[in-house]
Amino acid sequence: MSGVPSVQAAALATGPSALRAPWLQTVVASSRFKRTWIGLGITAAVVAIALLGPVFSPYSPTEFVAPPYEPPSNEAWLGTDYLGRDVLSRFLWGGRSVLGLSILATVFGLGFGILVGLISAYMRNWIDDVLMRAMDVLLAFPQIVFVLLLISSVGPQLWLIVLTVGLSHAPRVARVTRGAALEVVERDFVKSAEALGESRWSILVGELLPNISSPLLVEFGLRLTYSIGLVAAVSFLGFGLQPPAADWGLMINENRVGLTIQPWPVALPVIAVGLLTVGTNLITDGIARAAIGIGRSSAA
Amino acid sequence: MSVPAVEVAGLRIGLTGSPFDIVDEIDFQIEQAEVLGLVGESGSGKTTIGLALLGFCRRGSEIEAGRVTIAGRDVLELDAVALNAARGHTVAYIPQDPSAALNPALRVGLQLKEMLAVHQPDLDDTQRRRRVFEMLEEVKLPAQASFLQRYTHQLSGGQQQRVVLAMAFACRPAVIVLDEPTTGLDVTTQAHVLETVRTLCRHYGVAALYVSHDLAVVASLADRMLVMYAGRIVESGPTGVLFRDPAHPYTRRLIAAIPDVRRRRNLVGIPGHAPSPTQRPSGCTFAPRCAYATGECRVRFPSVEPVGAHHSVRCWHHTRVRAEGSALLESAGSAGSTASKQSPAPTSSLLVVRDLCAWYGRHPVLHNVSIALDAGECMAVAGESGSGKTTLARCVAGLHPTFSGELMLAGEALEPQARRRPRAVRRAIQYVFQSPYASLNPRRTVGQIVARPLYVFFDLGGREAREHVLAHLERVALSSGLIDRYPDQLSGGERQRVALARALAAEPQVLVCDEVTSALDVSVQAALVELLVELQRSMNLGLLFITHNLALIRTIAHRVAVMSVGRIVESASVESVFVSPKADYTRELLANSPSMNLTFPR
Repeated sequence: MSGVPSVQAAALATGPSALRAPWLQTVVASSRFKRTWIGLGITAAVVAIALLGPVFSPYSPTEFVAPPYEPPSNEAWLGTDYLGRDVLSRFLWGGRSVLGLSILATVFGLGFGILVGLISAYMRNWIDDVLMRAMDVLLAFPQIVFVLLLISSVGPQLWLIVLTVGLSHAPRVARVTRGAALEVVERDFVKSAEALGESRWSILVGELLPNISSPLLVEFGLRLTYSIGLVAAVSFLGFGLQPPAADWGLMINENRVGLTIQPWPVALPVIAVGLLTVGTNLITDGIARAAIGIGRSSAA
Repeated sequence: MSVPAVEVAGLRIGLTGSPFDIVDEIDFQIEQAEVLGLVGESGSGKTTIGLALLGFCRRGSEIEAGRVTIAGRDVLELDAVALNAARGHTVAYIPQDPSAALNPALRVGLQLKEMLAVHQPDLDDTQRRRRVFEMLEEVKLPAQASFLQRYTHQLSGGQQQRVVLAMAFACRPAVIVLDEPTTGLDVTTQAHVLETVRTLCRHYGVAALYVSHDLAVVASLADRMLVMYAGRIVESGPTGVLFRDPAHPYTRRLIAAIPDVRRRRNLVGIPGHAPSPTQRPSGCTFAPRCAYATGECRVRFPSVEPVGAHHSVRCWHHTRVRAEGSALLESAGSAGSTASKQSPAPTSSLLVVRDLCAWYGRHPVLHNVSIALDAGECMAVAGESGSGKTTLARCVAGLHPTFSGELMLAGEALEPQARRRPRAVRRAIQYVFQSPYASLNPRRTVGQIVARPLYVFFDLGGREAREHVLAHLERVALSSGLIDRYPDQLSGGERQRVALARALAAEPQVLVCDEVTSALDVSVQAALVELLVELQRSMNLGLLFITHNLALIRTIAHRVAVMSVGRIVESASVESVFVSPKADYTRELLANSPSMNLTFPR
C-alpha cells in the first residue's frame, strides 16, 4: 500500500516511453544473460554465411570443377561433391533456402496459432471447444510425420513446406496464446471495450494481443528453432529444393554415400544447421528467462 | 500507567543505497490495552511502520536508525531466531487481505493447531485441542469440530479475518499490528470485527497499532491516533481531541474529506498528491498543498510542538490553524451539501428498470428489481457484497445479458447485450468500473484510452481526436502532460479520472459508477466525488451510483435504493432513508456504519 510501490512507480515514471512495449523490455532485459550474446553471435555468423555467402563463393554452385569426391585442394578448398561441384560454393549458396523457408513457416504458424488462440480465449463457448479440439487433432501427429504426410500426397512444393511446417506449429502456439489470453480476458478493460461496442477484432488485436506479447516472443524463438530442424529434415528427405539446386539439407542427402572419403559436403551443412538451432535456442532461452524475471535486480 | 507495551524512538527507514528515507523521526508509545490509530494516505509510510514493529522491512528498504522496544526488548537488535520466535508470540500481525494470510490448502483447524505447535510446544494434544476451541470462542466463531474441518475458501471474508484474529491473539502477544484489516469487508462484518478487536485488546491488555486510511473506523476504535504525512508523524493526540480540535492543516483537510453517515456535508478534497520518498519538497512536506503555508514553511521542516495534553503537532502555524477554529469543518457541515438538496423536478424517467431478474448460470442473483433514474439525478444503490448491486449495474450497461424484465432508456427497450444495442444507445450509457487498476489497458496510453470512444462513437481520429482528448482530460482536472503516459505511471486517483474521462468522452446521458472510489484514499475520493457531482450538474447526467459506503450516499445522492440479497428492501429519497429508515436491514446498515461522531462508549 505505502512506501515501496510508490517508489517503484516513481522509478517507472522516469523510463523513456519508447521502451515501454513489454516485448521490447523483455528483449532489453535478456541482454543481461551471457547465453543471449553467445546465441546471438552464433546465429549472426550462420545467418551471415547464408545471406552473404553467394558473394564470396569462388564458383557457381552448379559448375563442375573437378572429378567427384576430390579431397580439398588449391582449386576447391573443401574438395568436390558426388558430381564434382565445389563444396564451399554449394555450402555458401545453400543456406538461404533453409533460413527463408523456416522464417516464413514460423511467421505463418505463429500468426495462425495466435489467431486461433485469441479467438478461443475470447469466445469461451462452442467455438472455443471446436477450435481447441481441432488443434488437439493436429497435435496428435508428430510434427515431421504431419509435414511428410501432406507433402508426399501433394508433391514437393516450397509453399507447401511453409504451409505444413507452419500448420504443425499452430496447435502449440494456439495453446500458449489461449492460456496467456484467458487471464487477460477477465480484466475489466476488456469489459469496458465491450461496453463501448468495440468490434471483436479490435478487442482481440487491440486489447488482448499487446498484453501477451512477451510469452509470444518466446514462442516465436522456440518455433523458429523447430522450423529450422524441420525444414532441413524435409530437404534432406528430398521434398525440398530439387537438384541441382544448392541446399544444406539436400547436400547432406546427396553426399552421405561418400561420407568416408569426402566428409566436408556432409559435415559443413550439418554443423551449420546444428549451430543455427543452438544459436536461436540460446537467444530464446535468454528471452524466456528475462520474460519470467530471472536475474532481475532487486527493487530500488 | 506502567511501562508502555511498545516504545518506538527515532525510527528511520530508508531506501537501500540512497539518501532518501521512507519514514523518519518516528517516536511513539503504546500503553497496554491501548489502541493506537495510524492514519495517512497511501504512500505515507504507515504500513512500513507497522511492519517495522515486527522487525521487518520490505525489499529495497532498510531500518537505518532507531529503537523498537516491545515488552522490554529491542526488536531491531534480535537475531533471526529470536525475531522469528517474537513474531506471533510477542508481536502479531493482521494483514489487509485475510485470504492471502491463510493457507488455502490446509484446513482451518490444522492452521490454528500449527500456530500453537510453534509457539506453545509444551501443550499436549488434548490441551491443544481445547485451546483451539477457546480461540474460536474468543473471536465468536462456531467452536465446532465441523468448522475446523473447513478450508479457507469455504469461509466468508469476515470469518477468514476472525480466524486470523484468533491466531494473532492465541499467544496473548504484547502488541498486535492491524493493517487495514477491514478494508475488504462489509459494514456489518466490519462492525463485528472491530468490536471483537476492541474487546480482546481490552480484556487481555494487548496493545494494538491500527493502521488505516479510514478515519471513521479509527475514530470509532482508537484511543489515540497518529497522523502521518510523507513519512513523518505530523500530529498525534487523543482521538476525540484530534477530531474536535485538529492543529495540523493536513488533519483538518483529511477530516473535511470524509463523508459522514450522520449528516449531509460538503466534501472537500485535498489538491495535489502526496510526494513519493524521492520527490519530497524541502521544508514542510505538506507546504505545496497547504492553504496556511508561508515562506518559512518552504525552508524549514517544523519540529514537534506540544499544543495540549498528549497532543502535539508539526506545524509552524498551528496557533493560526486552531484559532481559525473549525471554519473549514463548519462550512463543510452546514453550508449545504455537495449534492444539491433539491431533487430535480420529476420528468419522464430517463432510465427505467422494471422487474429485473438476473442469473449467474442457474443461480438467481436479482429478484424483481425496479428502479427509475431521471436526468440530472443521482440515484444511489446501496448494499453489501453479494447484494447484486454490481449485477444490476452490469445489466444496465449490457455486460450481463442473462436477465429477464424490462430495461428502458428514454422510453425505448434496451437489448440485453451491449454489442446488439445501437450506437446511440451504447453512447448514452457509460460505465465506470470499480478498480481503475483493472479497467485501463496497461498497453495503451492515456490519450489512446480516451480516444477510443471518440473513434467508436464520433468517427474521430488522429489530430482532431487528440484535441478532444485534451479537452476531456481538462474537464476531469488532469494535466495535458499525462496524455502520453501509461496507466502504471499514474496514481490511483489519476487513473480513475482517466476512466471517467473515457466515459464522459462519449457524451453520455446515464453514467453508471460501480464503487468508483472504493480503491482510493479518502482525500482522493473526496476530490473525485466533488468532480462527479459538478460534472453531473453541468452535463445534466443521470448518475447511477453503486456503493457500499452509506456516508458517501448521504453526501452525493438524491435518492437511494437499498439492496439485500438481490432484492430492493427500501427505496426513497436520501433524507428520508437516513433520517427515518423503514426497513430493518437499512437500520442495521446505518447502525453499523462507523461515524466520526464520537458517541461510542470508551
